[in-house]
Amino acid sequence: MNWQLAWPEIALAVCGMAILIFGVLWKGRSNAFACSMLTAGAFLLAALLVLSQGGGLGYNGLFVVDPFSSYLKLLILAGAALSLILSVDWNEREGFQRFEFPVLMLFSVTGMMVMASASNLMTLYMGLELQSLALYVLAAFNRDDARSSEAGLKYFVLSALASGLLLYGISLCYGFSGTMNFADLAKAAANPAGVSPGLIVGIVFVLVGLAFKISAVPFHMWTPDVYEGAPTPVTLFFATSPKVAAMGLLLRVMVGPFGHLLPQLQSLIVLISIASMVLGALAAIGQTNIKRLMAYSSIGHMGYALIGLAAGTTEGIRGVLIYLVIYVFMTVATFAGIGAMRRNGRTIEKISDLAGLGRNDPMLALILVICMFSLAGIPLLSGFFAKLYIFLAAVQVGMWTLAVIGVLTSVIGAFYYIRVIKVMYFDQPEAPFDRRPASLSFVAVAAGLFTTFFFVFPAPIIGAAQVAAKALLG
Amino acid sequence: MIASIAFYVFAAILLVSAAMVVTARNPVHSVLFLILSFFNAAALFLLAGAEFLAMILVIVYVGAVAVLFLFVVMMLDVNFAELRGGFQRYLPVGATVGAVLFVELALVLGGWQIAPDAGQLRFAPQPPDVHNTAALGRLIYTDYVLLFQIAGLVLMVAMIGAIVLTLRERKTSRHQSIAAQVGRDVRDTLELVNMPLGVGVSEFYRPLVEQPPPLHSDQPVIAHAGGGHGDGGHHAAEKR
Repeated sequence: MNWQLAWPEIALAVCGMAILIFGVLWKGRSNAFACSMLTAGAFLLAALLVLSQGGGLGYNGLFVVDPFSSYLKLLILAGAALSLILSVDWNEREGFQRFEFPVLMLFSVTGMMVMASASNLMTLYMGLELQSLALYVLAAFNRDDARSSEAGLKYFVLSALASGLLLYGISLCYGFSGTMNFADLAKAAANPAGVSPGLIVGIVFVLVGLAFKISAVPFHMWTPDVYEGAPTPVTLFFATSPKVAAMGLLLRVMVGPFGHLLPQLQSLIVLISIASMVLGALAAIGQTNIKRLMAYSSIGHMGYALIGLAAGTTEGIRGVLIYLVIYVFMTVATFAGIGAMRRNGRTIEKISDLAGLGRNDPMLALILVICMFSLAGIPLLSGFFAKLYIFLAAVQVGMWTLAVIGVLTSVIGAFYYIRVIKVMYFDQPEAPFDRRPASLSFVAVAAGLFTTFFFVFPAPIIGAAQVAAKALLG
Repeated sequence: MIASIAFYVFAAILLVSAAMVVTARNPVHSVLFLILSFFNAAALFLLAGAEFLAMILVIVYVGAVAVLFLFVVMMLDVNFAELRGGFQRYLPVGATVGAVLFVELALVLGGWQIAPDAGQLRFAPQPPDVHNTAALGRLIYTDYVLLFQIAGLVLMVAMIGAIVLTLRERKTSRHQSIAAQVGRDVRDTLELVNMPLGVGVSEFYRPLVEQPPPLHSDQPVIAHAGGGHGDGGHHAAEKR
């Protein structure tokens, strides 16, 4: 048994427990800060371990390490680390700096990394639960705030329901195929004509459970409320790493064990994708709260990413993987901007509160402009290339309808992104925001630079995505 | 023959009590029916030859979980009638959706047959020379050790979460400060006095031990800062 395959996860879990003990025993005034820094160090250590790893199948076929899983893990760790940096200062200002915050984040990331490496339906479920359980607590972390508690409870109840559906689907898959191993499931489903309807129903349930986690329509209902209610760094965390992990899992399950059935399931994925794009574009128009706006925006973006899965080719998978990287960095930069929205020590979240930012804080306004243009998909910014690779993949397999709907919804979406810019530069200016902390500026600038200059040097990411997609399709 | 009669009896009681869990008006009755259904499920496990699972079900679910439910139901004043307020209103929609789903699943699962050679395809048939507790243990700690450890992490996260969301350190709560107890000097509490003959303790005057200053203004009050309780027999000398 090749147990070293799980080194990054093992290291992360052990670090998590050590940090927990440290946080409990060392009662210094800045123990939350120290634990956050230690957690960031643990993320770095895990990333190095991921990079130094070979590949292979371990733990009796439960756990797989290949370029695809390593790609996802690095992205998950990057998203989590950036959210963590943003959270340190935010939590302190909001008065709930507690050392459990980074620890919970760390365990959630451990779960996501297990998800990325799952090669068995049981591993999939365990990773998903480890991830979700920590996320419920993080959403409700500001426990004295009614909206935060509501967000946590709502996410818990709906997510538990989705987990139930997922488990039911897994049990059906097991019952009708006799195995939970991805490789054996692929063999069981090798002949699409001979597959029993029970297995198909099971797969559909699994698909539903995973679609809930990436908040694709019609399983998106929780997203706006949870995004709005959760503390901003937690919302950022929700919008980045778990989405990456769940999308990666969806790709692996749909392409790996059920790859032979993908042509049959394609119509379902196309439907989910179109519904997500349309709802993401239309429902965001009426929003006044910027976090809700970002929730609908993320629903739309997941719809675009699903186009690549619907195409089902190497180019499509590669497109999804590139999309995820670009999406993570765009989102991080945007949320860094949202994190700066604070006036007289109070958090503000209305879009209209951004009025006058162009005059009061030109630097932050510029970064937000870049993010909004990039989210809308304006050429030369990274968001454009993300959509380009996806639409190209769809066109290559002749899915013109999907590509056209994607372009149309991008145009509709551009309306509300550009409205934010209009508010910042052309509305009656309001009082300036409080001084933004250095950590926030660092995150905003780093992610903003990536978003702006992706087109200069995209080769490493495209190359890595190509290798990962090839590894997934075998 | 007896085994199959026992199976049907236990299964029937299990189904009835499970239905009663959701329909009983009194929540305490619901929990009691839940316990009954756990016992019957355990009996079914026993009939299937899985005595370890049967014992776990009784010990963990009946012994801990169900009793905890009972505590919560009895101690929290939850108005269950109010919670069920929307039941009538949502019943038609919910029942329709449920019925459609049920029919669909029945159609799909109706065609399910157990393959005659399914028994040979088991992942992990029980080795002949060990009983199933040992077999289960071997399996969990070897083939499925990864999942077992992740399950442990899940439980730990649940524990951290419960503490994070509910523990509030009250300023008035009384903690035991072990460092203060251990660091205490004998002279602070005990004084040896040569008593002259014929003089009672009550006539002997001794100034009170100085009260130690509070360690920190925001630290919880140390319970015995003033030589309160916990010092057992040392009190005699302090009394005036």
